[in-house]
Amino acid sequence: MLQLERFLTTDPRDAGCAETMRLLHVYVDALLAGEDPELRHPGIAAHLRDCPPCATELDGLVAALGLR
Amino acid sequence: MLEVAPRALDPDSAEWVRSLAAGGEAAYERLHAVLLRVAHAELRRRGPATGIAGPELDDLAHQAAADALVAIRRKLCEFRGESRFTTWAYKFVIFEVTRKLGRHFWRAPRAALDAEDWSALPDRFGLDPARESEWRDLIAALRRAVDEVLTERQRRAFVAIVLNDIPADALTHELCTTRNAIYKTLYDARRKLRAELVTAGLLDPDAAA
Repeated sequence: MLQLERFLTTDPRDAGCAETMRLLHVYVDALLAGEDPELRHPGIAAHLRDCPPCATELDGLVAALGLR
Repeated sequence: MLEVAPRALDPDSAEWVRSLAAGGEAAYERLHAVLLRVAHAELRRRGPATGIAGPELDDLAHQAAADALVAIRRKLCEFRGESRFTTWAYKFVIFEVTRKLGRHFWRAPRAALDAEDWSALPDRFGLDPARESEWRDLIAALRRAVDEVLTERQRRAFVAIVLNDIPADALTHELCTTRNAIYKTLYDARRKLRAELVTAGLLDPDAAA
């Protein structure tokens, strides 16, 4: 039941898709610089844990920046 | 809304901004080529989930790169150096890939928007059929709560995304709304459903995420 419980549990810090999309580039640059963007953007970090589409875009942006 | 202070541009970002702001078509062509490469890679990366390949993938990549370039051209004056230029620019093409895939979903949808298939739910949440006696009551209560506690809009979002596995961005396209609005609707639905199941004694009120 863990997955279902996890799905139903919301995080009040969740910043939502709009704010996450607005700052995704800042978050990703901090991530790739070895910083911990969750400290500065806890709402975005919470959202990325709960929103598969935004998490997919985070992964896509990180992967794109690793392209040669 | 958190604001991020602009920083001095790194040399590569400064060069991109300088050449694009000067209006040189060569710079935009160079950027388009990069965006097209990113779009291809992103569509290939998502390929296993979308099943898109070959000429169709190529077509979507061109559309995404072209639309991202238009957006970047329009918003270049808003780039304030909060990140590297490439990170900022690639974000647009990643978003365009998502948008194209959301629209593309309806060309061969895996599920109808309002169909309601509860039989898929246990598998979706990794519930072991061999241990059905442990979760049967919970799923039955969840189903009741979906019917009785959610608003029609929340219920529709829950059914489409959770039961029917319709991607949020496909739903966004079909309902002419934003991903943020869909997410907020589902967020409120999740909160209500959890509260209902906690009240029924089926979930631990103190269980952390």
